Amino acid sequence: MPPISAWETRVPERLASGLRGIGHRVVDGIWRLGYASRFFLLTLLRSTTAFRRFGLTVREIYFTGVLSLIIIIVSGLFVGMVLGLQGYETLQKYGSSEAVGTLVALSLTRELGPVVAALLFASRAGSAMTAEIGLMKATEQISAMEMMAVDPIARVIGPRFWGGVISMPLLAAMFSAVGVFGGYLITVVVIGVDAGAFWSQMQSAVDFRQDIMNGVIKSVVFGIAVTAIALFEGYDAPPTAEGVSGATTRTVVTSSLAILGLDFVLTAFMFTGI
Amino acid sequence: MQRTILDLWVGIFVVAGIIALLVLALKVGNASATFNVGDTYQVFAEFDNIGGLKVRAPVKSAGVVVGRVDSIQFETQRYVARVGMKIDQRYKFPRDTSVSILTSGLLGEQYIGLEAGGDSAMLKDGDVAKITQSAVVLEKLIGQFLYNKAAEGGTK
Repeated sequence: MPPISAWETRVPERLASGLRGIGHRVVDGIWRLGYASRFFLLTLLRSTTAFRRFGLTVREIYFTGVLSLIIIIVSGLFVGMVLGLQGYETLQKYGSSEAVGTLVALSLTRELGPVVAALLFASRAGSAMTAEIGLMKATEQISAMEMMAVDPIARVIGPRFWGGVISMPLLAAMFSAVGVFGGYLITVVVIGVDAGAFWSQMQSAVDFRQDIMNGVIKSVVFGIAVTAIALFEGYDAPPTAEGVSGATTRTVVTSSLAILGLDFVLTAFMFTGI
Repeated sequence: MQRTILDLWVGIFVVAGIIALLVLALKVGNASATFNVGDTYQVFAEFDNIGGLKVRAPVKSAGVVVGRVDSIQFETQRYVARVGMKIDQRYKFPRDTSVSILTSGLLGEQYIGLEAGGDSAMLKDGDVAKITQSAVVLEKLIGQFLYNKAAEGGTK
């Protein structure tokens, strides 16, 4: 029997440390999830300030909504134009190029409007929110507020949350409307599809409750998800330059994944069994 | 930034968002047609086979949409499909109106076609239309055609 090497004697130890690593990660993840849920609940419970002092919320609507307008409108226009162009290319092979209006409107109101607007919102407004709150924490402004008996969740987090939740559906609606206009511009004005057929086929296919309202519901859900994630990441960020940059990255990645995952779940509930 | 300018921008933003929603509802969608369905009456019809008919499918007469399919149920007593239709109060149909399930185009969606009869009494809310024609099932049609062909071949 060969002598037991030093490496072999340490096998159980290594195994244990590996298991400890897995356990640590799981416990950490669950702890963080619980912390995030408590944070979200606390935000909701203490949001009376956001409505009593509505000026604070209006300020946040300006920063998250109004300043995101340019990117939303420009991307909406281009997404609509591309949809029109691609849809026309395919549909004209089957001699039904008028149906391009239906294609553009349904894709935008059901899916692309809420999803792409939310993705842009996450990277444009969500990241800014995280960085701002992370820096407030790093420069001890939040601790200073607590010192002055001002609740930072009511004063800083609540208005930002409601500002984001109010802005998101409006941005998504604008994205869809501008997108439909972009599709109209390309297919009717440039290519020359009949305008009457374009609008009438669209109107007969798009249902107000089934398509437009479900799109609005989706965008509200995405707004809640994105702002909640962004605010939590900012509030939870380690108060260093590295910590804030990491938190900003995590905001964009997590909220993008959350948007796509939630979109699948919502679509499965809304548009099956019609 | 000054408070008034900020308020102005947010006001513009919110109004633009609401206008976008209204444009979607009225220009893109059919909300204008959905909203004034307040005055309708319900008529039922029973079919042996409804094919691919769905709830909210249009009810047309002479090609004009006069109502929507409201409910589709399976009648366990006689094993037929019972289709409820909501028809606009403005349009009255005689009691002997024939109700058939038709298809728009070769592969289009299925809808209900109403063809008015000559009865002087009109259909009221909750009435059941007697004369119905089921959906055409393509497989049955082909089967029948093949059977007829085979029968022809036998006599020759």
